[in-house]
Amino acid sequence: MAVAGKYDVAVIGGGHAGVEAALAAARLGCKVVMFSISLDAVGNLPCNPSIGGTAKGHLVREIDALGGEMGKVTDAVFIQSKMLNKGKGPAVHSLRAQVDRKKYHMEIKKRLEYQENLDVKQAEIVDILTENNAVYAVVTQTGMQYLAKTVIIATGTYLRGKILIGDYERESGPDGMFPAKQLSESLKRIGIKLLRFKTGTPARIHADSVDFSKMTEELGDEKIVPFSFETKEISENKASCWLTYTNSKTHQIIRDNLSRAPLYSGRVEGVGARYCPSIEDKIVRFEGKERHQIFIEPMGLDTKEMYAQGISTSLPEDVQIQMLRSIDGLENVEIMRTAYAIEYDCCDPTQLYGSLEFKNISGLFGAGQFNGTSGYEEAAAQGLIAGINAARKVQGKKSLILDRSQGYIGTLIDDLVTKGTNEPYRMMTSRSEYRLLLRQDNADERLTPIGYEIGLISEERYNRLLEKLSLTEKEIRRLNLVVASPDAANPILEKWRSSPIQTGIRLSELLKRPEITYEKTASLDPERPALPEDVCEQVEIKIKYKGYIDRQLAQVNQFKKLENKLLPIDLDYNSIHGLRIEARQKLNKIKPSSLGQASRISGVSPADISVLIVWLEANAK
Amino acid sequence: MDKTIAAISTPVGIGGIAVIRVSGEDAVAIADKVYRGKSRLKDVGSHTIHYGYIVDQNDEKIDEVLVSVMLAPKTFTRENVVEISTHGGIAVSRRVMDALIKAGARHAEPGEFTKRAFLNGRIDLSQAEAVIDIINSVSEPSRKNALSQLEGTLSGSINAVRERLVHLAAGMQVIIDYPDEDLEDVTLSDIENISSACLNDVNKLILTADSGRIIRNGIMTAIVGKPNVGKSSLLNALAMEDRSIVTDIAGTTRDVVEEYVNLGDVPLRLLDTAGIRETDDVVEKIGVEKSKRSIDLADLVIVVLDASSKPDESDREILRSTEGKKRLILLNKSDIGENDYSDYTKDEKIIKISAKTGEGLGALKAAIEDMYNLGRLSQSDTVIVTNMRHKSALLQAGQALERVIEAVRIGMPSDIASIDLNIAIDALGEITGATVSEDVVNEIFHSFCVGK
Repeated sequence: MAVAGKYDVAVIGGGHAGVEAALAAARLGCKVVMFSISLDAVGNLPCNPSIGGTAKGHLVREIDALGGEMGKVTDAVFIQSKMLNKGKGPAVHSLRAQVDRKKYHMEIKKRLEYQENLDVKQAEIVDILTENNAVYAVVTQTGMQYLAKTVIIATGTYLRGKILIGDYERESGPDGMFPAKQLSESLKRIGIKLLRFKTGTPARIHADSVDFSKMTEELGDEKIVPFSFETKEISENKASCWLTYTNSKTHQIIRDNLSRAPLYSGRVEGVGARYCPSIEDKIVRFEGKERHQIFIEPMGLDTKEMYAQGISTSLPEDVQIQMLRSIDGLENVEIMRTAYAIEYDCCDPTQLYGSLEFKNISGLFGAGQFNGTSGYEEAAAQGLIAGINAARKVQGKKSLILDRSQGYIGTLIDDLVTKGTNEPYRMMTSRSEYRLLLRQDNADERLTPIGYEIGLISEERYNRLLEKLSLTEKEIRRLNLVVASPDAANPILEKWRSSPIQTGIRLSELLKRPEITYEKTASLDPERPALPEDVCEQVEIKIKYKGYIDRQLAQVNQFKKLENKLLPIDLDYNSIHGLRIEARQKLNKIKPSSLGQASRISGVSPADISVLIVWLEANAK
Repeated sequence: MDKTIAAISTPVGIGGIAVIRVSGEDAVAIADKVYRGKSRLKDVGSHTIHYGYIVDQNDEKIDEVLVSVMLAPKTFTRENVVEISTHGGIAVSRRVMDALIKAGARHAEPGEFTKRAFLNGRIDLSQAEAVIDIINSVSEPSRKNALSQLEGTLSGSINAVRERLVHLAAGMQVIIDYPDEDLEDVTLSDIENISSACLNDVNKLILTADSGRIIRNGIMTAIVGKPNVGKSSLLNALAMEDRSIVTDIAGTTRDVVEEYVNLGDVPLRLLDTAGIRETDDVVEKIGVEKSKRSIDLADLVIVVLDASSKPDESDREILRSTEGKKRLILLNKSDIGENDYSDYTKDEKIIKISAKTGEGLGALKAAIEDMYNLGRLSQSDTVIVTNMRHKSALLQAGQALERVIEAVRIGMPSDIASIDLNIAIDALGEITGATVSEDVVNEIFHSFCVGK
C-alpha cells in the first residue's frame, strides 16, 4: 500500500468536531492532516443555521476561553444575535446567533487552509490500522495510506448514514453528501462497539413563498454581546426570524398519516433524542397541546432559503407539503429541501477515557456526534479536547480532563464516558450541578488560564484576563468599604422601589438586593473608577450572588473530595472483596479515574463506594 | 484476615435463651476450645446444630448449650459463624463470653457483625443502617420502626416530597433550557407554595427524629431523691413492670451504670442505678451529691418524694437542683402517708404512686408518653426518622427549602432559587440514593413538549 504521508495527528471528518480538533492539534505544534468526504461540507451546518442557545452558548464560550475557533467564526458571520434568558439570573444567560450558513463554511475552510502544520484533504477514510492495540495509520478509499501517531474519529452522521423521508430511504450523509460506508466495519474489526442513532432536520423553504405578515417578527438584541472574549468589534443584526404556529388542521393531517412515518411504521432502527422530537412525536406524546411553535429562520444573506424550526419530520414529502401549507403564513409555501430523518453509526462513549481516547486502542480518539452527542457546539467542544489530548499524547504530556466543576465541557464529557447515552446527548443547563459557577460570562476566568498553560492562548490574552480579574477584585474590595448614608441612598432606593435604610450601609450590601444594580448606585459612589464593562459585570455578579456562589463553592469542595481520591486505571475490580457483581462489571468496563467518577456510574451503589473507600485506605497503608 | 469476634447477640435477659455469636475465620476452632460434645465442631458439617456444654478454662461446665455451626460464605457475615444458645441470664452469658475471649475471640464492637456483613457484600448500606437500628433498638416500637424502615416506608414519604420538588425544578428549568418554547413559566407563588408545603412535610419528619432517637436509645432518665424515699423500690417496681431488666452496661465513658427498662412501650435508660441501690443502703450518703452527674446527663429527671414523711431541706435542695430540667415529681408511699409537698413544687403536677403496690405507675407512663409525644408515634402508619444520617439530610433539605422561599420573597430570579431547590432535592436523594440532575432532566422530557 502506498504511503502518502506521515503525521502526528490524523482527523477523520471536517465537521465542527474535526475542525476544532485539527486546528488545536496543529496550533500545539503537531503535524496534522484532516480528511473530509467533501471539502464543500467542511464546517457545514446541516441543520439549524444558528450557533449557541441555552447551555450550548456556554459551550461556545468555553471553547473560546480554551483557544478554540467556533466563537470567533460565529462573531464574524452572524446575522442575528440574542442573549437568551435575560429575565433570569446571570448563570443561565445564553448567547445564540443566527449565522450565514455558507459564510460560516467558507470562513472555517479559510482558517483551516491558512493554518500552519495542517493539511486538509478530500478523502473518505475506509480503514484504521492498528498494531498491538495502538493506532498507526488510516487508509483512504483510493488505497492511500497515511501514517499517524494518533487518529481522531469525528464522523458525525456520515457513518453508514441513511436518510428517511416517508417510505423513501437511501444511503446518504447529511445535506446530500456521500455516506461513509466502510469505516464502520473497520471499527468493529478493531473491537469498537457501535450504536445506531437517529436525528432529523426540518424542511427548508423559499422566502418568497412565505407570508410574513401573518407571523410575528423576532428581532435580535439591540446591544450585541460577542461569543469570543477576543472579539472587540461586532457588527449589527442583519436579519429577522419569524414565529408562527401549527394548528388543529396541521395536527389532523399528521395524525391521518402517522402510519406513513417511518418512526411509527417501525422502520427506524436508530434511537432518536427526546429533546429533539419530530413533529409527529410531539403530536402523539402531547396530545392535549393545541399548537406548536414554528420559527422561520434565514439560512443566510445571499439566499432565499429559510429553515423551519419546530417541524422536523420523517413524514413523506406529500404530507410535508400538506402539513406546512396548513400553517398560517405558509399557505403557498414551496419546499426547497425536504425534511428528512437520518440514521447513523456512532460509538458507545463509555469505551472512552475522559481524554476521549479509546481505552482499548492507544492513540485512537473519538469526538463529536460519533461519541453519541447531538449539536454543533457539543461536537466542537469534544473536538477541541480530543485535538488537545491527541497532541499532548504525541508530545508525551498528561491528558487534559476538565471536571464537572470546571465547565460544561467537563460535564458533557464526564456524562458521556461515565454514564454513556442511549440517545443523542444534548447539553442542557439542568445537567450541571454547579450552574452558578459555570456562567457564560466567566468562561474566561475558569478556562483561559488552562488554555494558556496548554499553549492555545497567547501571553497577551492571558495578561488581559489577569488584568480583568485584578480590577474586579480591587473594585469588590473597594465597594466593601464605601458606605452610603440614609439621606443619600433613600431617594435612590425609593426610585427603584427598594426598602429605605435607617443607618449607613455598605454599597456591597445594597448591591445584594435583586433590584439594585452596580450602575444604579453610581451616584452614591463619587470615587468610583471608570472600569471596563466586563469588569463591572463581574463585580456586580460576584457581589450580588455571593451567598449562592459560596454555597456552590462548598458543594464543589465536597465534590472534589471524592474526585481527588484516584483509582488506579488498571485496577481489576474482580479482585476487590465485597463489591457486588454488577458493580464489578461496571467498574471494569468504565475504569473510572476517581472515586467521584465511580460514584456516578449507574449500577454502582453507595455501598460499593464505601467498599472502594475501605479498599483505598487499606492499600494506602 | 480480620480477627474472630464474639458477642451476646440477643438482648440479655429477654426470653428463655441467649445467643452468643462468634464470627471470623477461627470461629470454629475457638468454639471447639470451649465446647464439649459428641464430636469436635471442626468435624461437623455446615449449618448443623449440636448439643453439648460450654466449659471454662478449668474444664468446669458453665452451661448446657446448643451450638450452630455455619461455614462461610452462606452466613450473615459471609464468614464462618458459630452461634451458641445458652439458657439466658446475664451471668451465664457473660461467663460463656469470657471463655470465648480467653480462647482467642475478640469482643465485637457495636454493629460489627453488620459492618462485616456490609463489607463482605452481604447487605447494602441502607439495609445495614436498618439492621443496626434493629440491633440497637431497645423497645418494641423501635423494632417495629426499624423493620418498617427496612421495608421502605421512610423512603416512601421522602420520595413523595422529593418527587414534588423534582417536578417543580423541572418546571423551572425547562423554561431556562427552552426559552423559545411557549411554555408557561412556573410562577413565583407556585415556587413559594410548593416549597413551603414540602418544607412542612420535611419538618414533620424532622420532628419525629427526636422521638425516634428516644424510641431507639431510650429516654436517659435519672431517679433522684433523698435516701429512703423509695428510689430503689421504684426501680424494682419498674423492673417488675417490664419483667426484664434489659441489660446493665458498664458505663462507657461516663462511668455511670445504666439499666434499660421498658415502661410499657416507653423505653427508659436509667442512670446510676448502682448508685441508687448503694445510697439507699448507706443512709449517711447524700443522694443529691451522688446524683449530680446523672442529673446533668439525664433527658428526664424523676424526683421521688416521700408521702410518709414531712418535706425537709433535702427535698427542697433536690427540687432546686433539678429545676429547668425536664422532670416528673413522684410522691411515693402515697398508700401509707399524705404529707403535702405542694408548697415546694408550686404548680407542678405531682404523680402519686406506691412503688410497693404498683399504684400510679400507669399515670407515670402516661405522663412520660405525653411529655415525649410518644402516644402518637405508636400509630403504625406514622413514619419515624430514627437514623441520624437521615435526620441530618432532612435538616439540610429543610434549610435549603427555607432559602428557596427566602430567595423568592426577596425577588431573586427563579434560577437562583433553583440552586437551593436542587440542594434540597439532593439532600433528600441522599437518603434514598438518587441524584438530582438526571431526575430533573428525565422529568423535563417526560412532562414537557420541547425540541426543534
